[in-house]
Amino acid sequence: MTQAAERNAAFAGVLQRQGAAVVLVLGIAAAWFAFPHFGTADNLRNLVLQGSFLAVIALGMTFVIISGGIDLSVGSNYALGGVLAAYGAQYGLVVAILLPLAVCSLIGFVNGVLIARTGMAPFIVTLASLLFARGLLLALTSEGATTYKVDPGSAFLWLGQGTIFGIGVPVYLTLLLFALGGLLLRRTRFGQSVFAIGGAEQSALLMGLPVARTKIGLYTLSGALAGVAGILTAAYLQSGVTVIGVGTELDAISVVVIGGTLLTGGAGTIIGTLVGVLLRTLIQNVINQIGTLDSNYQTVVSGAFLLVVVVIQRLLARSRTR
Amino acid sequence: MSTATLERAKVTAWLQNYGVYLAVVVLLVFNVVFTENFLSAANFRTQLVQAAPVCIVALGMALVIGTEGIDLSVGSVMSISAALIPLYLGAGPLTAIVVAVIAGIVSGLFSGYLVAYLGIQPIIATLALLVGGRGLALVIAHGQLVQLHNRDFLALGTDDVLGVPIMVIVAGVLAVLAGLVVQRTTFGRHLVAIGGNRAASTLAGLPVKRVLISVYVISGALAAIAGVLATSRLAASDPSDVGLLMELSAITAVVVGGTPLTGGRVRVLGTVFGALLMQLVQATLIKHNLPDSTAQMVQAAIIVVAVYVARERSSK
Repeated sequence: MTQAAERNAAFAGVLQRQGAAVVLVLGIAAAWFAFPHFGTADNLRNLVLQGSFLAVIALGMTFVIISGGIDLSVGSNYALGGVLAAYGAQYGLVVAILLPLAVCSLIGFVNGVLIARTGMAPFIVTLASLLFARGLLLALTSEGATTYKVDPGSAFLWLGQGTIFGIGVPVYLTLLLFALGGLLLRRTRFGQSVFAIGGAEQSALLMGLPVARTKIGLYTLSGALAGVAGILTAAYLQSGVTVIGVGTELDAISVVVIGGTLLTGGAGTIIGTLVGVLLRTLIQNVINQIGTLDSNYQTVVSGAFLLVVVVIQRLLARSRTR
Repeated sequence: MSTATLERAKVTAWLQNYGVYLAVVVLLVFNVVFTENFLSAANFRTQLVQAAPVCIVALGMALVIGTEGIDLSVGSVMSISAALIPLYLGAGPLTAIVVAVIAGIVSGLFSGYLVAYLGIQPIIATLALLVGGRGLALVIAHGQLVQLHNRDFLALGTDDVLGVPIMVIVAGVLAVLAGLVVQRTTFGRHLVAIGGNRAASTLAGLPVKRVLISVYVISGALAAIAGVLATSRLAASDPSDVGLLMELSAITAVVVGGTPLTGGRVRVLGTVFGALLMQLVQATLIKHNLPDSTAQMVQAAIIVVAVYVARERSSK
């Protein structure tokens, strides 16, 4: 009897952690059989490429959420990074990469300092920098009227449009960043501090962990990764599009949550976030494949899906504690 | 030395309580002196009318934040309400408005149920509706903007009663009601108690779940009303644009108005002035030919300063 209950609890635990992966596999299998075009190399290549930009942003968000925080500024920061990259591309490859990285990291750093040193809520600090980054973007582009174009011959474009073995460069970069992110989270002192802060900040502080420094590092990382996503997008689109990134922070939060990272902090995985991103991209792709559906169903399904995942997670967590 | 710190603490406390009013007054004086054509009835009208929808949404948001929650779905609820109006306007403006408000109430019930009964964090429960709600509105409206021609309905957004625009009257009445609810009703007391300490409230036998659901229902209904007013003023139902980023403006108004995000306190008048302040800031910058980009950066600075001041108080 107790054994059965234990087994149930263990099963619920596995489901909570791996549920998204199971749904992803089932979803891919179903889509493969249902839509003849889905399994084509072209479509799959496209699917992973489309997912890679959000994945990079969500990677940073995963760290922030595990620490019990939230970063609303990533959407604006991402757009700002794209504009700066396209602007910098006229001065060469190095500027195109370093300029957005520096500015976006700086915005993340300021977020981190304000959160860690003054104790203001992450929600509000990053809400303010959401506005600030968007304002800065508008200021740089004559109120959004100027779109910086990248010279078609520029080596910078390879970052977004190049392919290796037929698969887009952003996909490789994303995988590389996720591998590094996984190592950082699991194998370093920094990563362990992130978990400790998210689990119980007071205890982390009492244990003498560098709470403030870790937080500053986290938000800087999140800003930098939003900048990377912006760079890749600018290279992919060949220009600094000013209107992207509105609401992207919410997309990033929802894929992180779908991937099994708890918003309460202290628990989560990098790989789960990758699964969450792929699931989201899959949903979009399937709705496009159906073709007859209004594209607005995409957001309806995404919202409903997020909800179902969260409710199931919640119910599973309850059944485990019982 | 200690008297100096005491003085400082006093100043901070005063700023926290009255800072938003002071800021509004300072901005008004600045504008009266430096801005041409500021002192005109037409201008005040415009400012108030533009602040009205944010103010209405912010009232609901203030109640939600008072319970230590947050409602990100308000913008999407506005867009659902806007999408429904043209469908029911044929049956008369009143029917259309009632349907829109019912949609808001249903949305609120939905978020409230998730928060109160399933124990899902407010930010995620309402995020789902933020993402899905606008999509739903666009599906309802087939993604299209619909021009409205019903004169009675449009009067809501354009007409006056005794020289005051109807929109402003609606916002004012709702603000007074919200103030009464918070100050004078058991429900208001419960709400603040739950925000202050939920566990203690549960143990004390307060109807925690019922109060939480009601708070989200009120927020949903107010967002729907704001959607109706915005639609009427625009003379068109535009579900793809109405209420976009409204959650952020409303949260800003509430926070700038001195309601702490940690719950346990609701400042209704502060919220109204928070909405007015943000509107005045924007108007001031526009009238002095500063672009939208600067306006956004200034808003960011105001939010940080307001929260920083509020923080000093709460840490004591």
